[in-house]
Amino acid sequence: MAVRLKDMLKREPILSSGHRMCAGCAAPTVVKLMGMALRGPTIVCEATGCLEVATTIYPFTAWKIPWIHVAFENAAAVASGVVEAINAMRDKGRYKDEQVDVIAIGGDGGTFDIGFGALSGALERGHKFVYMVYDNGAYQNTGIQRSGGTFPGQETTTSWAGKVEPGKRQRKKPLAEIVAAHKIPYVATVDPYHYRDFITKFRKALEADGPAFIHAFSPCPRGWRSDTSKSIELAKLAVETGLHPLYEVIDGKEWIMSGPSKRLKELRPVDEYFKTQGQFKHLFKPEWAEFRAWIQEEVLKDWEELKRKCGVS
Amino acid sequence: MTVVERVPTDKVVVEGMTGDAAIAHALKQCDIDVLAAYPITPQTIIVEDFQKFVANGEVKTRVIPVESEHSAMSACVGASAVGARVATATASAGLALMWEILYCAASMRMPIVLAVANRALSAPINIHNDWSDSYGARDSGFIQIYCQSCQEAYDTVIMAFKIAEDHDVLLPVMVCIDGFILSHNVERVEMLPTEAVQQFLGVRKPAIALDPDNPVTMGPLALTDYYFEFKEQQDRAMARVPEVFERVESEFEKMTGRRYGRFETYRVEDADIIIFTHSTPGGTAKAVVDALRERGEKVGVVRLRMFRPFPAEALREVLRNAKAVAVFEKCRSFGAPSNPLALEVRTALYDLDERPLVTDFVIGLGGRDVPPSTIVEGVEKTKEYLKAGRAPLYETLGVRK
Repeated sequence: MAVRLKDMLKREPILSSGHRMCAGCAAPTVVKLMGMALRGPTIVCEATGCLEVATTIYPFTAWKIPWIHVAFENAAAVASGVVEAINAMRDKGRYKDEQVDVIAIGGDGGTFDIGFGALSGALERGHKFVYMVYDNGAYQNTGIQRSGGTFPGQETTTSWAGKVEPGKRQRKKPLAEIVAAHKIPYVATVDPYHYRDFITKFRKALEADGPAFIHAFSPCPRGWRSDTSKSIELAKLAVETGLHPLYEVIDGKEWIMSGPSKRLKELRPVDEYFKTQGQFKHLFKPEWAEFRAWIQEEVLKDWEELKRKCGVS
Repeated sequence: MTVVERVPTDKVVVEGMTGDAAIAHALKQCDIDVLAAYPITPQTIIVEDFQKFVANGEVKTRVIPVESEHSAMSACVGASAVGARVATATASAGLALMWEILYCAASMRMPIVLAVANRALSAPINIHNDWSDSYGARDSGFIQIYCQSCQEAYDTVIMAFKIAEDHDVLLPVMVCIDGFILSHNVERVEMLPTEAVQQFLGVRKPAIALDPDNPVTMGPLALTDYYFEFKEQQDRAMARVPEVFERVESEFEKMTGRRYGRFETYRVEDADIIIFTHSTPGGTAKAVVDALRERGEKVGVVRLRMFRPFPAEALREVLRNAKAVAVFEKCRSFGAPSNPLALEVRTALYDLDERPLVTDFVIGLGGRDVPPSTIVEGVEKTKEYLKAGRAPLYETLGVRK
């Protein structure tokens, strides 16, 4: 890489202070890290979600770079249009910038669920853009409803923990793997604690020769009922428990486990993660002991499978 | 304002083409930057033909073969936001899937041209013509123009960009043709030389664009304190359309000798009954009027072109002297007292002290043929209602009851 990480960290932030994201929300940090990875002129296309509404309440905006929001399920489609319009205008000699990077951003609801078709279509068509999902594990913006990105055992306002239900029963959609199956040049998972890993990977995504995908883990104190001062620690813990392992997939076939995950001798128990958040509290009731054990088992199985794919013993 | 000159006859290329092909050729000559579309009958030929231009290197347009119509309109908004000239095409279910983004395109003031081959909505699934699809989108903020011929479709697409991209307007335009009846019907089309079209249109100059040198935020959240003002501005832009339309048509007329107006009048001067419709039934209605005039009946036709913004005031002046206005429309607004076209006509006439009787005939749903006899039947019924002094709010014609 031509540019050193040290220099990237000095970049002017792309998001100003004074935005109205909740205290402790990791999404602005995720965006800040993304901003540090930028290599030049950039346009951001964003899906409806927390980050969108809280950073652009008219007549204010926190964005210092060109930014567009159209709807919830179409960030990837909007980005397709932006990319190809620039290409066409450049072909006709009407576009001044040599290179403009285009980034689409969506939350887990806008990416795992409602925007999935648009994302898959854009990846298949091969537009050169980076799609980043900031995954806070539920539809936090509309009031903490379950999404395809919600963990099993997580309590949300549409997957309540009750006398007969332990919160969400289903597995989390393995989105990064599904995206990698499109055989796009670059897929990576990141989290804001491992910021060097984050920025390095985001830069690789921008430099990829085709579509790239970044899956960023983004703690949400409001939805998770966690301490607002612990968000970055929770991001670290998610990696250490194997709930959000860090890896890259090149061209859909070369799997590389990233340093922070690779260096783990063994995973910490998921209980350590669950204990930090109100949304998992119910899992420690005796009636859900078996269900909790099942989650742990699944996490370990997924971890072994990932290690195998990455050639890590 | 661009300076246009009359195109000499020997520079005009005459070809037999379908409505879809005429639109595809117009889009090519308009030098669009981006076309994002998804296949749906009976629009598909537009995109198929355009992709041939791409395959043969005849255009520098980037075509985005999206995975859905929702993404088609979304990609159009993204492309338009960068400053590109953008078009798409759809019909029926495809338009329904675009719905959400139609409103975004209009409210975000993106001058996109959307060709619609009007087709019935499901269920039952049906590929043939009626106007339920674009009538449903009448409140989306798009300008809507309905065409009667392939030539008119070709001409209207060219003018649509100039109207949409005008900084006094900045609204998207739907150019509608009747599915199959026009989309697949071969007619004589006079094509302008490409240079003339490009001189007429010029290159799009966006009022504001996503530009790294001048960063802007587009599509923000606006709540109780500002949303209404956005809508007020949008409404004013719509109100400026007639003036811009008139200017654009005058220039187009200088270049081609052709002009269509927001509506066409046919033998209405002394007409007791005016048939009011649009698109292909407009042609049928004119033939019916010729036949009825030979029998000495005082009938005429107003063929509407611009449904949005609806030319209420101008129409009032034309319709006010008739005894009755017989509306023929290919849509049923379920549960409504009458139907989209008649509702507008009645509203336009309401303030007159002496109003013509308005009859409303729902015809041709799902592509049911509308022969001259259906129009005659409506005229005959209107005569009876005139005698009785009252008419039902609407009725269906040409259907088994």
